[in-house]
Amino acid sequence: MEAFLHQVFSGLATGGIYASLALALVMIYQSTNHINFAQGEMAMFSTYLAWSMIDAGLAYWWAFLLTVAISFITGVVIERIIIRPVERAPVLSVVTVFVALLVIFNSVAGWIFTYTIKTFPSPFPEQPLFGNRYISSHELGAIGITLGVLVVLYLFFRFTPLGLAMRAAAQNATSSRLSGIRVGWMLALGWGLAAAVGAVAGMLIAPIVYLDPNMMSGVLLYAFAAALVGGIDSPFGAVLGGFLVGVLENLIGAYVVGTELKLTVALVLIIGVLVFKPTGLFGRVFVSRV
Amino acid sequence: MFNRQIAKSPNRQIAGLAVLLALAIALPFLVSNYRVFQLNMVLVYAIVLLGLNILTGFNGQISLGHGAFYAIGAYVAAILMDHFGWPYWTTLPAAGVVCFAFGFLFGLPALRLRGHYLALATFALAVAMPQLLKYKHVEQWTGGVQGIVIVKPDAPFGLKITPDQWLYLFTLAILVVMFVVGWNLLRGRTGRAIVAIRDHPMAAEAMGVNIALYKTLTFGVSALYTGVAGALGAIVVQFVAPDSFTAGLSINFLVGIVIGGVGSISGAFYGALFIQFVPNFADQISKAAPWAIYGVFLLAFVYLMPGGVAGFVRLAWLRIRGVRTRANARSALSEMTEPRRTP
Amino acid sequence: MKRKLLAGLGLMACVLASSAAAEKKYDPGATDTEIKIGHTNPYSGPASAYGTIGRSEAAYFKMINEQGGINGRKIVFISLDDGYSPPRTVEQVRKLVEEEQVLLLFQSLGTPSNTAIHKYMNAKKVPQLFVSTGATKWGDPQNFPWTMGWQPNYQTEAHLYAKYLLQKKPAAKIAVLYQNDDYGKDYLKGLRDGLGSQADSLIVSAVSYEVTDPTVDSQIVTLQGSGADALFIFATPKFAAQAIRKTYDVGWKPMMFLNNVSSSVASVLQPAGLEKSIGLVTALYFKDPTDPQWANDPAMKEWQGMMKKYYPDGNLSDGFNVFGYLAAQTLVQVLKQCGDELTRENVMRQAANLKNLALPMLLPGIKINTSPTDFYPVDQIQLARFDGRRWVLFGEVLGK
Repeated sequence: MEAFLHQVFSGLATGGIYASLALALVMIYQSTNHINFAQGEMAMFSTYLAWSMIDAGLAYWWAFLLTVAISFITGVVIERIIIRPVERAPVLSVVTVFVALLVIFNSVAGWIFTYTIKTFPSPFPEQPLFGNRYISSHELGAIGITLGVLVVLYLFFRFTPLGLAMRAAAQNATSSRLSGIRVGWMLALGWGLAAAVGAVAGMLIAPIVYLDPNMMSGVLLYAFAAALVGGIDSPFGAVLGGFLVGVLENLIGAYVVGTELKLTVALVLIIGVLVFKPTGLFGRVFVSRV
Repeated sequence: MFNRQIAKSPNRQIAGLAVLLALAIALPFLVSNYRVFQLNMVLVYAIVLLGLNILTGFNGQISLGHGAFYAIGAYVAAILMDHFGWPYWTTLPAAGVVCFAFGFLFGLPALRLRGHYLALATFALAVAMPQLLKYKHVEQWTGGVQGIVIVKPDAPFGLKITPDQWLYLFTLAILVVMFVVGWNLLRGRTGRAIVAIRDHPMAAEAMGVNIALYKTLTFGVSALYTGVAGALGAIVVQFVAPDSFTAGLSINFLVGIVIGGVGSISGAFYGALFIQFVPNFADQISKAAPWAIYGVFLLAFVYLMPGGVAGFVRLAWLRIRGVRTRANARSALSEMTEPRRTP
Repeated sequence: MKRKLLAGLGLMACVLASSAAAEKKYDPGATDTEIKIGHTNPYSGPASAYGTIGRSEAAYFKMINEQGGINGRKIVFISLDDGYSPPRTVEQVRKLVEEEQVLLLFQSLGTPSNTAIHKYMNAKKVPQLFVSTGATKWGDPQNFPWTMGWQPNYQTEAHLYAKYLLQKKPAAKIAVLYQNDDYGKDYLKGLRDGLGSQADSLIVSAVSYEVTDPTVDSQIVTLQGSGADALFIFATPKFAAQAIRKTYDVGWKPMMFLNNVSSSVASVLQPAGLEKSIGLVTALYFKDPTDPQWANDPAMKEWQGMMKKYYPDGNLSDGFNVFGYLAAQTLVQVLKQCGDELTRENVMRQAANLKNLALPMLLPGIKINTSPTDFYPVDQIQLARFDGRRWVLFGEVLGK
């Protein structure tokens, strides 16, 4: 039982990792209708930015805030310069642009910061909360921040005019344009927000998995899975999906098939879920007009 | 293919293709064996890209998992040659059949998925493949993490050519067969149904097209092409291992059809040339960050040739032929290369 | 009479040798002015961390060239990217051998990549020298006379850990964390062989991870649950650091073994936490640039000097840069021994004729030895225990 509980908690901890990046993926999907393959690498790059600032002597929270701000701006700039030209292109061209961004960020990070792993500080205390052995303070804190971000995003998209405009722009560009929304800028803002959420995710993930240029390759995969299970257009679904994938993966690996196949089984389960619920557990159902 | 009105007259077209084929046959005797090997890989990739294009370009089902079918084809060939002593050429149909079955089966759940969901589900397949290949219960067949080394076939009938030249010609022959079959498939009734499903699924259904059957069959055929190419690739490289078939390979294939031209048959060749040669070129420019250079090339191609290289070539050709107005050329082009955006 | 004859024979041998030396013999890739060496390495893709090995080797050769080269010949080092993908390795190596016409292939990296070209190199009779992988199969001169490894192989290393454990804790219950590829499995096999017939009863749990796993926390929890009191970590740096940290955090205190590849103080133990690493046992063969005990070592200073001048971007705390430096030095020694007979056959002959080569960055007492039947250049290692600050070497130098 002790071991079982332990697996569950460690699953929740890694699930929190998946959830935070999945949230960034959902963000960009909500505001642009694309799945950004480069999301993980962008988050990784932001984390290196924060690392450089802290390394240069800046206090943690200042570095945190600055990184989020810079990432937001970078996201907007990337959308304006790199994504804009393919805005009307077929979806496959956009995917290719994402792949290009992924390899560029990865390669440049390796070039500038080398591939040796670096420690990234955590704002939370070193000692686990209440002296428990199941979950570290950082992991708990990371889950807390992820949930906080989720609530803020929910309120933003639900109740602020800007949030509503962004969603409208993504869902129906033409009508939005007719009702006076500047669709282009909404898309750019969406990119900025996603990059900022990604930066937060990166800074929460790095203390756990260590900072290196490939730190996101594994996480991104699971974040995709989380977003799929939860429904790619539902922030709540993505976060829940993250925890679900984290826990399931651990339990399957530890008790059912062994670690050699845990990734495969997790993926099979996801496809299984999709077959019965093609838009994920909390996804919007497509209705297409003829 | 779909814009007959601007197509060249059939005779001239056939003559042009014949010249190209003659050049392709002569090529291995003009360059070094190492180049022959590279060109051989180009042919192999071209078959994959045609297969993927049938599914993604013509039928509109995005697959980020074709590396998995390529791997299955390669392993079928390697296992049959290594464990059962089959001659190399007999492994191709086997690889094709096995991959068709896998593709068809995967196509069934894929029916329920669309757009991004399908892309990611197929991506999951690609990611899981290396892990499956080294699973302990199949290890005795797949060679586990060590992979399988296979013997390179010599030229038959006492032909006085090198094994590289022979394999190139062999691959070329297979490629010609696959392309002629693919061409006929896409041009006929079946092809129109496949494309109709991409563009107007409901209308297609109303016209009596059995969408489910066509979609799964297309998946199967696409996997078959990829599997045959995988078997050829294994024979050419003489080695299979889980590390050869990472998720990156699947992404490369998708990049290949976008660069070559989505929904274009000739695009398969341009795409294959890109994925074979551009990484090496990037490496020559910078040892510090070759991937960054590769990424820049990707961006440049997508921006400068939105219809892929095939679209660009066609556009250039139309200009030369005197289709003066830009709009005309564009509409003629887009009809061919651009699938509708997924809803 | 007998002595005269012997003397005469000796004289004759000398004459023959000197005439052979005077007569220059070249294979493709060697001329009066240069020696072409081929190399493949992942500079792109997920294994790019190894790219620095190739860069440090290039840096060392550049230094040698500036100092006048080898017997007056400059080294032309052609290093190509294979992205750790076997098909691309085949392609790049064929380019090196057939187009560039290199004299030899040096330090091609990765077990799968080298397996893919193993047959080809031996059929072409081009030296596949000092391959950069610790698998056991590279030292097989009978079947593959043109291929030679360099570093101590993984199996031997695991073997030594097993011997040490059996001596210290004969009734240990063993848990193993290993990477699910050729690298991890080689270690696991070495450990099993080292434990001998007891392997099945002593190993209570062996769990793998994939390089795509974000963390190995779940695996450590599983291993802890097995009730083991000895833990073997056969992992790459990032995962080793995670494993050490998690083991400590869950309050598990087994006797811990860490494989050599992940023994760097700065890039594994510091991230894991120095106090959490106390008591770890590993096996070493070269000086860790981040271990304070070598801070004032002249060999270390020399290496740092070379790095600063010829590879200024290089990371001075990355052990891979020492690895590349040492392998390059070994090759230079081989080429020096070849003299003016730069044929592929002679390269292999000299590579199999290294006698007590003590490179300064190797641990004291460790020497490189090869012979026509011994294709394992570095096959000595020494056990070390971490005391919270540095690796403390103990016991004697082990291996042949």
